Amino acid sequence: MVSDKSKLGFYLLLSPLILWLVTLIILPHMGLFAVSMSEKVGVREYETGFGNYAVFFNEPLYWRTFARTAFMSILTTALTLVLGFPIAYYIAKLTRGRTKTTLFLMCLIPFWVSELVRTYGWMILLRETGVLSNFLLYIGVIDTPIEFLYNDAAILVGLVYTSILFMIVPLVTTLDSLDDSLIEAGYDLGGTGTSILREIVIPHAMPGIVSGCIVVFMLSLGNYLTPILLGGKDSLWFTGLIYTQFITRFNWELGSAFGFLLLGLSSAVVFIGLKLSRQSLSNTMGR
Amino acid sequence: MCPLFYLESENMSATPDLECKELTKNFKDFKAVDQVSFDVPQGSFFSILGPSGCGKTTLLRMIAGFQFPTSGDLLIKGKSMIGVGPNKRPVSMVFQHLALFPMMNIGENIGFGLRQRGVNKSEITTRVKRVLERVGLPGIEQRRVEQLSGGQKQRVAIARCMVLEPDVLLLDEPLGALDLKLREHMKIELKSLQAEFNTTFVYITHDQSEALVMSDNIAVMNKGRFDQIGTAKDLYFEPANAFVAGFVGDANRFEGKVASVDGEIVAILTDGGVALHGRATQQRPEIGGQAQIYVRPEAIQLSLTKPDATYGRNASERTVDSVLFNGANSLAILRDATSGETMNVALPQTGAFLGLNKGDTVYAQWDPAQARCFPAGE
Repeated sequence: MVSDKSKLGFYLLLSPLILWLVTLIILPHMGLFAVSMSEKVGVREYETGFGNYAVFFNEPLYWRTFARTAFMSILTTALTLVLGFPIAYYIAKLTRGRTKTTLFLMCLIPFWVSELVRTYGWMILLRETGVLSNFLLYIGVIDTPIEFLYNDAAILVGLVYTSILFMIVPLVTTLDSLDDSLIEAGYDLGGTGTSILREIVIPHAMPGIVSGCIVVFMLSLGNYLTPILLGGKDSLWFTGLIYTQFITRFNWELGSAFGFLLLGLSSAVVFIGLKLSRQSLSNTMGR
Repeated sequence: MCPLFYLESENMSATPDLECKELTKNFKDFKAVDQVSFDVPQGSFFSILGPSGCGKTTLLRMIAGFQFPTSGDLLIKGKSMIGVGPNKRPVSMVFQHLALFPMMNIGENIGFGLRQRGVNKSEITTRVKRVLERVGLPGIEQRRVEQLSGGQKQRVAIARCMVLEPDVLLLDEPLGALDLKLREHMKIELKSLQAEFNTTFVYITHDQSEALVMSDNIAVMNKGRFDQIGTAKDLYFEPANAFVAGFVGDANRFEGKVASVDGEIVAILTDGGVALHGRATQQRPEIGGQAQIYVRPEAIQLSLTKPDATYGRNASERTVDSVLFNGANSLAILRDATSGETMNVALPQTGAFLGLNKGDTVYAQWDPAQARCFPAGE
């Protein structure tokens, strides 16, 4: 009787989650998959097949953009890690009390405005008539204005900027849990800064590193605004292609196929990343 | 409590392993360590005993190199360690919570220091194996840290330091986290490990019994200063001041006005109007001033019958307030009929006082030479 009641409670509590999963994730994806599997053979005539996927592999522009997006996202993740780790280490280990809170908040402040506004901010800084170009002209390093926007470096800057918080937060959490005496013990036993980082700090922070990397990678891969605005029309991003298929070309079938390929890509990269770092998803994301 | 005593190293004239000269550490306007000077001869077990907040951890961290002294000098094997980083010093430290690396197995933990020195792999393997045998845990290289018991972790932490053959091993209250039985066992084990490795140990603790049992020499630290350095017996029987008398071992404390001074024997009159006598070996209290008398519970003799007044002094008739049975450490709390003051008296478990109950009348007395008197107000 009691167990029946507690079971009912369990399912009642579970129902919002199941509802969310089924209606917002599983159903749309099933629909998307169904759409991606239907080839348009005539007006309102469809056949089931892998034709849309074949289009992707036969058109170099598509799969090159796909590979480029993957590569740039991995590069963004690596850069974010390299930049975020020292910041997180500083916040977690070298500051105390109020300074810590203040620094943490300062990382958070840019996220109070929308991504669009933040990206426009970068455009003000980097464009030909922007702050950086004018400053370099003023101090005499260059004599004609330089366009810093609309290239891959600008995309990387924007992506790192928008996603670094999601690297810093899990890193600060894991580094916070590292006992200071372990670092001291490392020094006491003759370790140097680098060997302690390699043998003690990084192994301890591994779950945080991996979870930060997963989040940053997925955010970059699925980002639409930053690459389009900062990269200009020459820098293609895979989400841009999906947008084009859905909105400009009204080709929902190909767009759905692209969407599924992107899902496959992110899952594959995360899977490989977890295998390489010998972490499990529950160990990294579950805390 | 039976202190173990080991012979001090024979060549006392040789350079001490560790030498501190007027070592001082200030934090803003707070003096954590104040002009501390001492030296520790090779192969001895030196303890620094003090209450929490007395500066002993700061002192140890200065020796390890995690903090730099404001002034003074610190020498290890005759070489000044000022400006030398913790990874360059010939000292190793066993941390309070041991700080074993959870991301490594036991073999990697112990081999960590050797890897930093660039010792080759096969050499590391043999040395790790050897040191694990010496601490009595052979063949556990592949185990994880969390698979070990408290006592095993303790020994692994010591092995991790000893494999580097340091000149001085520092221990920061490593027994604090263990349960009582294991702590008692580890005290003896630590002492025998120290004898086995013949390395200088510097041990800090707030637990006086740890210090008394294991040490060749003990420094009692209070408010950043060393109050007394001596053997366990010295501290126990000849405390230099009231703090040492009260901190090392149990003692009954009585405070009162000095009534008379007869050579070393001082008589005080407590607030309750009882005259007590004690021996003042250090500072002689002045007549009319406040003074404190410390008496060990085991220095007080009990009898059920009124004793013939052979030495009369410090003899009183008391009622039993309560009996605290604790095996060999049993105590009786006795209340003085006139003043209402209480004192703790060790109850010998020889059978004579088995039937002692609350409300019984007993006669207590002690030899003034067994009690210590210090001027109050320190």
